[in-house]
Amino acid sequence: MNSTTLPRPSAIQARGLDPHLDIASPAAGIGLWVFMGTAGTLFLLFIAAYLMRMEGDDWSSLAMPWQLWLSTALLAAGSAAMQWSSGSARRGRWREARGQLWAGGACAWAFLGVQLWTWQVLSAGHVVLSSNPAASFFYLLTALHGLHVAGGLIAWSVTATGLRRQAAPVRAQQRIRLCARYWHFLLLLWMALFATLTGLTPQVVRFICGTA
Amino acid sequence: MAYADDTRHHPQQSFWSRYVWSQDHKVIAIQYAMTAIAVGLVGLVLSNLMRLQLGFPGRFEFISVDRYYQFVTMHGMIMVIYLLTALFLGGFGNYLIPLMVGARDMVFPFLNMLSYWVYLLAVVVLLSSFFVTGGPTGAGWTLYPPQAILPGTPGHDGGIILMLVSLLIFIVAATMGGLNYVTTVLQARCEGMTLMRMPLTVWGIFVASILALVGFPALFVSGVMMLLDKTLGTSFFMPALLSMGQATTYKGGSPLLFQHLFWFFGHPEVYIVALPAFGIVSDLISVHARKSIFGYRTMVWAILAIGVLSVLVWAHHMFISGMNPYFGFFFATTTLIIAVPTALKVYNWLLTLWRGDIHLSVPMLFALAFISTFVIGGLTGLFLGNVSVNIPLSGTYFVVAHFHMVMGVAPLLVVFGGIYHWFPKITGRMLDDRLGRVHFWITFLGTYAIYFPMHYLGVLGMPRRYYNYDNYQFIPASAHTLNAFITVAAIIVGITQLLFIFNLAWSAWRGRRADANPWRAASLEWQTPETPPGHGNWGEHVPVAYRGAYAYSVPGAAQDFIAQNAPPTAEELKPEAPTAKGVLT
Repeated sequence: MNSTTLPRPSAIQARGLDPHLDIASPAAGIGLWVFMGTAGTLFLLFIAAYLMRMEGDDWSSLAMPWQLWLSTALLAAGSAAMQWSSGSARRGRWREARGQLWAGGACAWAFLGVQLWTWQVLSAGHVVLSSNPAASFFYLLTALHGLHVAGGLIAWSVTATGLRRQAAPVRAQQRIRLCARYWHFLLLLWMALFATLTGLTPQVVRFICGTA
Repeated sequence: MAYADDTRHHPQQSFWSRYVWSQDHKVIAIQYAMTAIAVGLVGLVLSNLMRLQLGFPGRFEFISVDRYYQFVTMHGMIMVIYLLTALFLGGFGNYLIPLMVGARDMVFPFLNMLSYWVYLLAVVVLLSSFFVTGGPTGAGWTLYPPQAILPGTPGHDGGIILMLVSLLIFIVAATMGGLNYVTTVLQARCEGMTLMRMPLTVWGIFVASILALVGFPALFVSGVMMLLDKTLGTSFFMPALLSMGQATTYKGGSPLLFQHLFWFFGHPEVYIVALPAFGIVSDLISVHARKSIFGYRTMVWAILAIGVLSVLVWAHHMFISGMNPYFGFFFATTTLIIAVPTALKVYNWLLTLWRGDIHLSVPMLFALAFISTFVIGGLTGLFLGNVSVNIPLSGTYFVVAHFHMVMGVAPLLVVFGGIYHWFPKITGRMLDDRLGRVHFWITFLGTYAIYFPMHYLGVLGMPRRYYNYDNYQFIPASAHTLNAFITVAAIIVGITQLLFIFNLAWSAWRGRRADANPWRAASLEWQTPETPPGHGNWGEHVPVAYRGAYAYSVPGAAQDFIAQNAPPTAEELKPEAPTAKGVLT
């Protein structure tokens, strides 16, 4: 490139955004994508480890409690509510946006509650962390996913508090949009984990690897 | 991309917010660097203690078998993770990225501050393992199960638990840092700073940060699962086995699974250290040879290619663990392919030097020493990348020599070169030149005295990981003499590093005052209105980049360099203007 074009004027001030250091800045959006990439890699590696560990002759599959379907539905509802909240905020319907934001957060809290209920059901059936490798992975993966949901709830509480204090509309819109994006990510992550925990059996893995 | 133009002034700060709980990337960089150097000195002492045992076996009774393995383990982990990774990303990355891309700070300064304090916590947890019952882990830096957590291995209780917890904390810190570095490069570059105008230092740190964000999760996965195996009785990695004659409760776990996960992190880790070194050395060579870097675009693509290939070679660390021959062939092939972009970089460094106006300043000496050391370490890597050669050599000192040359000494030479180069900007004073030259020559020649003979010992068949080598018929007396020689060299090199520490401390307060741009460098970090730069870096207005970072010895220019933010002259704007590399590209 042999460019003699002088640089463009600063775009950031023209857009009226605070370019600096804030969860609502454009950088936060990029930062969230990068974080989701790292968290996605983490869970992908756990799934890879799950597949490799499945080859052990001590593997016995775990019957999944029905409560997991309820938690999946809750997370999906939370994701939808967040998306609606983002849309309402974009159109300036703040009353609706606030309600939908609270609904999205409540669904996430309820999701965590149902996950704990699932743990309680399993442990009542004497399925504990060290029972067998499938149980170990189940507790570990649900715990780590739950931690990511809990982290999202911290961002959600910052957003909800900002909204109650009537933060600048642009900032509030961006915060809700980022929360919605993260909620979708949590849902996708959970669906991948749920599919792995329920659908992948040693037979399926052997078929995929061509060793059946 | 958003341009980081922000004319707000940073408020007055107290001592605590300015120097302790600071959110200024430069202060955080210095905090990172000082902590890393301090813990690196611990690693250095441990290496000298190991060498005392190997050079003069039995002479130092306090170095028991257990302690020897604990020294080996802690030395390896400290040097790779807590010194080199932290120093390149947390130290150089923090200081240089915002200054080199023309930003006022990292995009998430609070997260940046948190990253340092979490890193410090990881270091404290790691070092605390020296003080628990049983001492630190002696499992070797790779922490392979099952031995790492079973009785018989030193530090198999508190030691290994603290090591794993420390690593998990470190990964949290590295993730917070990596998010910042990547996002800052993508989002906070000043006007005119296109990706292809960024200095190669930034490119190296940028790609290394991405590798860290991809690689460290694998260490996290293996660390968490091993911690659960140790503390809560799961069997992720632990097979059914007897330990000390007693049946354990473990069953069915896969030690090989740990190896795969560990090396999926471990090999990119080599490049997490090497890529920033590549970038920094490119800048040092260009500045001190007064010549535009040869093949800038090729250098960028080589960094990217190495980054991609580095996640496809991990199993070459596992050839002797056994694998399907087709896998061995695949990983040997990818390993050899990675030599292509790496060699391109070496050629480009040499072609930059070719007919350059070479100034043998201390940073340049370290940069040249890096090329030589890295080439030697890389060539022995070609031997070890071949399965059939790897298998007989893998358990010998040849490997110790290889990895120390390529990812121990070579990056450390760049660390030193980088510190000598940027110290005037960081402190406003020059490091003492004579002390620097003494430090360079003893370190450079000394490390060759240490590691060159190890290649010979390795080919001779001297096994690594042994506590002593007495009474082995296949090890001749000359090997023992050589071991004593290596130990003496290691101690001399170790003590010489105190000279470097003294130089840092003395020059920071008493050194000769530096100009704002003592090396007459073109990149943005040397163009700050203040030296050292104030909080916010750029005064009223952030700079504008008009060209690449390597406009040296441009024909017709008033000086032998043109700063990246110097507006183009009327002559340069003419269509028929000279198209010297680095100018208006």
